[in-house]
Amino acid sequence: MPDKKWIPQPKKPRTPIPEQKPEVRRRNFKEVALGYTVELAIEEAYRCLQCKNPLCVDGCPVGIDIPGFIRHIGEGRFEEAYYTLKKYNSLPAICGRVCPQEDQCEQLCIMGKKFKPVAIGRLERFAADWFMQSGKKEDFQIEPPTGKKVAIVGSGPAGLTCAGELAKKGHKVTIFEALHKPGGVLVYGIPEFRLPKKIVDIEVENLKKMGVEIKTSAIIGKLYTIDELLEEEGFDAVFIGTGAGLPYFMGIEGENLNGVYSANEFLTRVNLMRAYMFPEADTPVKIGKRVAVIGGGNTAMDAVRTALRLGAEEAYIIYRRSEAELPAREEEIHHAKEEGVQFKLLTNPVKIIGDENGWVKALQCIKMQLGEPDESGRRRPIPIEGSEFEFPVDTVIMAIGQGPNPLIQETQPDIEVKRWGIIKIDEQGRTSKKGVFAGGDIVTGGATVILAMGQGKRAAQAIDEYLKTGKWE
Amino acid sequence: MYLIKEIKEIAPKIKKMVLDAPLLARKHKAGQFVMVINTEKGERIPLTIADKDPEKGEITLIFQEVGKSTIEMGLRKAGEYIFDVVGPLGKPTHIVNYGTVVCIGGGVGTAPLYPITKKMKETGNYIITILGARNKDLFILEKEMESVSDEFYQTTDDGTKGRHGLVTDELQALIDSGRKIDLVLAIGPAIMMKFVSLLTQKYNIPTMVSLNSIMVDGTGMCGACRVSVGGVTKFVCVDGPEFDGHKVNFDELLKRQAMYKDMEEEALKKFLEELKKQESCGGCHA
Ligand SMILES: Cc1cc2nc3c(=O)[nH]c(=O)nc-3n(C[C@H](O)[C@H](O)[C@H](O)COP(=O)(O)OP(=O)(O)OC[C@H]3O[C@@H](n4cnc5c(N)ncnc54)[C@H](O)[C@@H]3O)c2cc1C
Ligand SMILES: Cc1cc2nc3c(=O)[nH]c(=O)nc-3n(C[C@H](O)[C@H](O)[C@H](O)COP(=O)(O)OP(=O)(O)OC[C@H]3O[C@@H](n4cnc5c(N)ncnc54)[C@H](O)[C@@H]3O)c2cc1C
Ligand code: SF4
Ligand code: FES
Repeated sequence: MPDKKWIPQPKKPRTPIPEQKPEVRRRNFKEVALGYTVELAIEEAYRCLQCKNPLCVDGCPVGIDIPGFIRHIGEGRFEEAYYTLKKYNSLPAICGRVCPQEDQCEQLCIMGKKFKPVAIGRLERFAADWFMQSGKKEDFQIEPPTGKKVAIVGSGPAGLTCAGELAKKGHKVTIFEALHKPGGVLVYGIPEFRLPKKIVDIEVENLKKMGVEIKTSAIIGKLYTIDELLEEEGFDAVFIGTGAGLPYFMGIEGENLNGVYSANEFLTRVNLMRAYMFPEADTPVKIGKRVAVIGGGNTAMDAVRTALRLGAEEAYIIYRRSEAELPAREEEIHHAKEEGVQFKLLTNPVKIIGDENGWVKALQCIKMQLGEPDESGRRRPIPIEGSEFEFPVDTVIMAIGQGPNPLIQETQPDIEVKRWGIIKIDEQGRTSKKGVFAGGDIVTGGATVILAMGQGKRAAQAIDEYLKTGKWE
Repeated sequence: MYLIKEIKEIAPKIKKMVLDAPLLARKHKAGQFVMVINTEKGERIPLTIADKDPEKGEITLIFQEVGKSTIEMGLRKAGEYIFDVVGPLGKPTHIVNYGTVVCIGGGVGTAPLYPITKKMKETGNYIITILGARNKDLFILEKEMESVSDEFYQTTDDGTKGRHGLVTDELQALIDSGRKIDLVLAIGPAIMMKFVSLLTQKYNIPTMVSLNSIMVDGTGMCGACRVSVGGVTKFVCVDGPEFDGHKVNFDELLKRQAMYKDMEEEALKKFLEELKKQESCGGCHA
């Protein structure tokens, strides 16, 4: 029971989060947003009305008790706030930083009707950071061993969450990860300045403390097939959380010129392989003076802001629709602009022009205008005839989306897929193959951390059920 | 961490390294490769599994010291550990009884060629091997290759062993002699594979090449390794490494291989300077 009366302060302005100054941070990899202090967090918490019928919760893909944890923060009971979050979300320090709150909880928050919504994401981050920094040992509440073994393929948010939930139920869990570091997009894709790797490391360490075994550099479909995991390696169930890591290219002329990267390659070189330390770390990356990133999502923003930090003089976003359709999080677009990223909107590349040595020299672009809405509900971009122009650049980074990783589907034809190799699941997360479950980007195509996490959690419940009953109809 | 059981120089600047890797030894199929990370800050470099011994749980890598990573790896000693090895990657070679197969190895390309040739031989193919090198000292795996070949030829650029000339000269001679060739398999520098493919195209001889593009992950998630094959972009690490030589755009591959040349040279220079410093320092301690 709450110990004092809650007197909300709706008229107070939304509490700003301390940030590194744009002119400083545009050249370093340290985190941009520094996080609320205890005082700021309490101040912001008291803006919450503690609605009887909280709309924010409807906007949360995992249904977090938002007024509950906010109240705990307001009352200074930070540890409770943390455990309240953890009941619904196993990665609050991560989600507090990268969730698109403006399209979820904060979009529906009643305060947004008249004032600005409560800063739910920042409060979530505060509670999680507070707990991590407190040095307190987390109480995992692990049930006695069941003797059942589960293999998790992929260590992105879907796999990490599924592993944690199953470990709590007393199952023996092994994660197989293709890369040499666990974390999926959280480590190879999202840059340090948005999500410090230390936070992912702490979550991974937590899993190990819970008894989860993590095998890195272990590619399922190559080292073992799913059949081998089930039949020879003694696993009772498998969860596939292999993500959407296959980079798409536009299919235009000149895409294989030197100086053209997929965003995945560019970000992997910098984040996972630490090319920013070259030559101290061995992996190189080419930046150039003028960098153009094609696309308007989070991946594009991460790539363009990374290019700036690596010394690009001018960095551009080239996007075929208008500002309103940019799919990236609002905050990231805002941050990119503050740092000096230039936006060339309603513009689409049609060809990449190279020099005699096979290096990128310029982009040939065409201007676009918006027509009628398409299937996605966004207005369709239409090329304006005769508006082509040349745009000199040294580096081009393609950030136009990713498809599902294909390695498992190739070696396991009895797992049914939909178009583009997306794995088909039912409402419980079960694939067409007995004992095999899936979740995250591999079943949705590129989506969000919280959706991947939610699916990992739901699949864990179904796996637990299956392990107990053996039922699969 | 992977234990180095043995390391030795088998030709100038070419090292053979035997690693303790039971699972990889068991799972590997001819034509597949691994990504090796030498040290914690190392890059991921692709190397073919040149041989394996599933019973002893060993794999053999053979690599040429061409830049910082491979030179640094060449300095490692038996008993030390390699930071990480991941694989087996790439599609295994499609091995059936083709009839007569000409296996062409250029330089260190002989290393990846050997396990495939061995398997081709076991599958009943008649094997004609052509190995090429700049001079007689640079050949590797001569005995091994000869032991799995029905006919065995060598060429050197300077005439110090075998035919004075290029592997394509020997291949041309075979073709001119009217031999029926069902498949040519060529592994070596991109430029060699290009000219072998140009030659066999004239005679319509099916030709398989194994491409050595620059890679990062080796699992299909970055596209660093992309090449144009028949006008379509393919990822060497997952769609290859073997492709129809008549369809590969070798000029693009050659340009892409040179993408980091300046940076690689810089890294190598710095590394060699530091190595020197360490050595002279080692002296003053003594
Ligand atoms: C640059 C970038 C920025 C993003 N920014 C945001 C953001 O701000 N907010 C947000 O909500 N979402 C963001 N996203 C999307 C979000 O990261 C993904 O939706 C989420 O990571 C999906 O999680 P997952 O667990 O399904 O897969 P992933 O995170 O992709 O992890 C899959 C893992 O499986 C491994 N794997 C693949 N195949 C195999 C195999 N055969 N064997 C073993 N392991 C395998 C991969 O190596 C990888 O580690 C971003 C994505 C990118 C690329
Ligand atoms: C599928 C595959 C299998 C391979 N198998 C073997 C093998 O069994 N033995 C072996 O010696 N090499 C093999 N290679 C080539 C090997 O990966 C490179 O020689 C190595 O990465 C060079 O690293 P470095 O840091 O020492 O040199 P760097 O400093 O990176 O490069 C030095 C020079 O080598 C060239 N180079 C760089 N990377 C490559 C590359 N991937 N391929 C060809 N040239 C390159 C550069 O253009 C440069 O001129 C293979 C490559 C692939 C893609
Ligand atoms: S909708 Fe807004 S004000 Fe209401 S409980 Fe949720 S966060 Fe608080
Ligand atoms: S090396 Fe990254 S996709 Fe092939």
